Amino acid sequence: MDPEPFEVGHVVREAINILSSSRNGVQISEALGTIKCYLGGTENQAPLKEREEFTRVHFSAFLRGLVSNLSPDWIELLTSDQQKELWDSFFLEGPADQVFLVLLDSIISMGPSFCLMKVISILEQFLQTGGMSALMWEVCHQQAQAGLPTFQETLLNKVVCLPDHLCNKLQGNNLPIFFPQNYFPLLATEIIQVLQRISDSLRDGLDCSISFVSQVLGKVCMHGRREEILKVLVPRLMDLTKVDCIWQRICWRLVECVPDRWIEAVVCGFVQKAPGADVLSRLLGNLVVKNKKAQFVVTQKLLLQQYSYATAVLQNLLGYLALDSLRRYLLIKVLKELLETWGSSSAVKHSPVEQQLYVSKAILICLSHLKEPEIESNGQELLTSMMGGMKCHLDSNLPRVRRLGMIVAESISSRITTDGPCLKFQVRLHRNDSPSATPTAVSKPSGNPHPAAPAVPEEGSDLELDSDDDLIPYDMSEDKELKKMKVPVYIRDCIEVLTGSEDMDKWEATMKVLESLIRRNSATTREVSMELAKVLLHLEEKTYIEGFVELRKRALVAVTITDAVVQYLTSQFYSLNYSLCQRMDILDVLALAAQELSQPQASGKNKPRSTQSPCIQTVPGSDSSQNWRRIVDERIKSKTRRLAKGQSLVEPACGPNKFSSLAGHFFFPLIQNFDRPLVTFDLLGDDHLVLGRLAHTLAILMYFAIHTVAAAAMGKSLLEFVWALRFHTDSYVRQGLLSAVSSILLSVPSERLLEDMTDEFLETQSWLADVAEKDPDGDCRRLAWQNLLLMENLLKKLRSVPS
Amino acid sequence: MALPPPDPQFVLRGTSAEVHTLHFYCGGQEPDYPILFSGSSNGLIHVWNLKTRRVDTILDGHGGKSVYWVEAINGRDRLLSQGSNQQICLWDLAEGRNTVTDSVFTENVGFCKSSLLKVAQGHWLMAMPGKDLDEVQVLELPSKTSVCTLKPEADAKPGMPMCLKLWQPDFGSCPFLLAGYEDGSVILWNLSGGKILSRLGCHQEPVMSLDFDSEKKKGVSGSSEEVLTVWSLDEQQNLKVQKTHKLVNAGIADVAIRQDKKILATAGWDHRIRIFGWKKLKPLAILNYHTATVHCVSFSDHSRPSERLLAAGSKDHRISIWSIYNQTSGALHCSLETRKPD
Repeated sequence: MDPEPFEVGHVVREAINILSSSRNGVQISEALGTIKCYLGGTENQAPLKEREEFTRVHFSAFLRGLVSNLSPDWIELLTSDQQKELWDSFFLEGPADQVFLVLLDSIISMGPSFCLMKVISILEQFLQTGGMSALMWEVCHQQAQAGLPTFQETLLNKVVCLPDHLCNKLQGNNLPIFFPQNYFPLLATEIIQVLQRISDSLRDGLDCSISFVSQVLGKVCMHGRREEILKVLVPRLMDLTKVDCIWQRICWRLVECVPDRWIEAVVCGFVQKAPGADVLSRLLGNLVVKNKKAQFVVTQKLLLQQYSYATAVLQNLLGYLALDSLRRYLLIKVLKELLETWGSSSAVKHSPVEQQLYVSKAILICLSHLKEPEIESNGQELLTSMMGGMKCHLDSNLPRVRRLGMIVAESISSRITTDGPCLKFQVRLHRNDSPSATPTAVSKPSGNPHPAAPAVPEEGSDLELDSDDDLIPYDMSEDKELKKMKVPVYIRDCIEVLTGSEDMDKWEATMKVLESLIRRNSATTREVSMELAKVLLHLEEKTYIEGFVELRKRALVAVTITDAVVQYLTSQFYSLNYSLCQRMDILDVLALAAQELSQPQASGKNKPRSTQSPCIQTVPGSDSSQNWRRIVDERIKSKTRRLAKGQSLVEPACGPNKFSSLAGHFFFPLIQNFDRPLVTFDLLGDDHLVLGRLAHTLAILMYFAIHTVAAAAMGKSLLEFVWALRFHTDSYVRQGLLSAVSSILLSVPSERLLEDMTDEFLETQSWLADVAEKDPDGDCRRLAWQNLLLMENLLKKLRSVPS
Repeated sequence: MALPPPDPQFVLRGTSAEVHTLHFYCGGQEPDYPILFSGSSNGLIHVWNLKTRRVDTILDGHGGKSVYWVEAINGRDRLLSQGSNQQICLWDLAEGRNTVTDSVFTENVGFCKSSLLKVAQGHWLMAMPGKDLDEVQVLELPSKTSVCTLKPEADAKPGMPMCLKLWQPDFGSCPFLLAGYEDGSVILWNLSGGKILSRLGCHQEPVMSLDFDSEKKKGVSGSSEEVLTVWSLDEQQNLKVQKTHKLVNAGIADVAIRQDKKILATAGWDHRIRIFGWKKLKPLAILNYHTATVHCVSFSDHSRPSERLLAAGSKDHRISIWSIYNQTSGALHCSLETRKPD
């Protein structure tokens, strides 16, 4: 047995004994001084072997002894200089890894006391004086000589969880340095320092392991602190790697050494934080090629599974793939996968619009990175997937999806067709929908606002120079040819013109005047209403008229209001030989008419069609999100009315609800036949657009049927309708159904709802809960939540008024 | 984006008949208020107070027959009015009177507006359609003596005179007459010799109205077709077409050049008033208010340019008053005032 180890151990034990038993300051400081020799750094240091022995075997135990003896009166035996020199220095100069572990262990095990405060202040000093970098360096150093895995594991845990431990211990008295938002940036700077030392030692030809640092980084990122740590780390690394290839290697190594289970967090963090694709490429190197997991994260997870990242992140990511020839094959692979997703009809139907937007953006970015030869070799494939994808996008009922499809298809087509015509849609870009990765310059409003329009500008004294150019013209776009057409004055004349006339001017004038004529001459209208409705329904736009669709619709509404041609319209909805457009027109007209009928008549002549937005409906091709907003608005409005009943009572306009007696005629014929397919019209099949519109229209009719006798019966059959279609794949239909549920909740008296339809009510409620949680469409989820809220309110109201 | 055209500053209603002619008198000093005379198809002449925007006086002297020309003579106290009862009346409006003091029988059944030119203090020349269909007669007022009768040679056949404009290059020099005829030609007459100086066939249809800028020796004429023609008079007293402008809708009932020679207004059969820059005939504005043919346009003779108004009378019984292109800067304002003709 070696006598020396024994001797060191003996000395240490003796010192610990003295520390714990003695109350003599001189004795204590002497003992501490003896031990201090083993730390080195003083004049009379112990021999190297003994020092190593001490640090390896006895240091932790000694530190524990130091800490356990700590008490206020004990520490006062030492002068403050001695405290600093002898006590503190053990912690600040000793091997950092052991110090750190002892400190944290004591903190965890101690209750609040003087001792705890002392230890914490030491820990604070330890952090401030670069203890962490010393610690990591030490571990890296040891690792090169194969350190102890369990010890490292513990250390890693403690390093990463330090803020948690301290927060738990100190609660409200925590020091700022231990806050995560301060600690992790500090850790990042310490990491940089370690890396600096590693790079120095590499330059000196010494081996060094970086894996502990990688582990720290990985675990921190995994613990959700990547924002804090990378905020500091990435910019520094970016600077350091700019010119130095050793630093680049270190950086690549740093990321590569992150264990697989944490690599996702790290890669995501880098991708988000890097300011550009070139920086990312410098930082990550060819990680995606080397590491399967990283490759999966980059090519699958970030692109196809998640969709919350900003466009800049996408640009980073795809730019990174495109930058190196080793990685380019991945770019093409990614593009193909993206296109597959984009073109999959199931994805179009079931994934949220936001995700589709994300995928579209990614596709456009990929396209912009492709080079000519790559496009040529993949042209056919691109074309095929474009055609497929376009088809299922154009099939969608959501205008936003259609538009997305058109934009992407246009871009693909313009990329793959080098010569010859490429695909061109007449899409009006909505700024926020545009998936374009580099947003094109927004077209600025042309022309400049005139500073003082009709003024004759100053032109000095030289009047001969004056010219017309100084006079700024007004807008003259209104200067159109004057129509000298005789406008028909009688409704019968109108019918004649609309059915027979070849005179387009006359025809146009008739269209423009028809609605007011109908409204003015209700008696005559009644005589010819059926004929007029028929003519209007079948009317085609023979020549371009501004707002023809609107004019025709208004005229039809006017007829519907004046005389009950409702039956005719509802029966025509389900009959043969109508186009989808006409069927949807019928729905719109019914909804508008219901609205007008249900408004109090007293409010005069200039009513609803102008106040309520005229687009209760959409013509195919126009925007159904408009429709959307309207319904939501409507709901909000209705809710406000419910809450502020006092106000609505004061409302001066009142009169019999004309819709009351007609509501059934509007509603039931429409809801009856939806499940009976015709040859040309299959609501449950391909014509889901019309089905969606039908659902919305029924919701509107239900809404306007509030306070009518038929409301309860209508509500019941509408609930059944909703129940039958609740799993429809088209989100537009589901939105309609959810609006219908809202209308039911608002219009049907709550007693009826809860007593006569309890089962349906409860079933609907559970369905709504399901939708609110799982539906891929954001609007559907929101609507479902609103409905649930409405239900909750109903129940609450009922409970608060016990019968 | 150009600004949308302005709305009328105000509208005068209450003539209850088509408004055929308008004439401002705004030259008076305080406390005289600016006046607008309007003649309408029911034979009444309304005197509008532009300050209160109400009718001051209604003059009835044409037996219910349409009044198609009014012009103040010698301040605001004397008024000439021409009606389709073939009378040109001289009204005395001083001190609240409204009596016809004198009248001339025109012997002409057309609707050619007369033209008045002040040749000396208290002396005027008036050109009016004559007894024969194609004849123009020039009288000296107030004596009513005939100065000359201008009758085209038998083979010229320009048809009836449709519009007249008397002018003289400088005050005191020999006056000229510009007349637009039924066949679309504009003829320049020399009053002293009673001879045609120049004849310009500038329209296919009858010339409905013309106005002449005697400084620039340049005039404009409108007809029932959709063309506005600007012609000029060269040193040899020849009329030459300078520029034509094609309108969207046919028919111009009246043209008027503003006194500062900056803009030109036309009264359109298409219910619209058009404003052009006078120098280059640049279209400036379409004023859309009336719901029927506009019969006449007139610029006010306010001494301050910024107050200058444009009035238009229409078949829809309304007179619209517009304030347009009259904001001038200070320096210009002064120089314009000094340049103001007459």
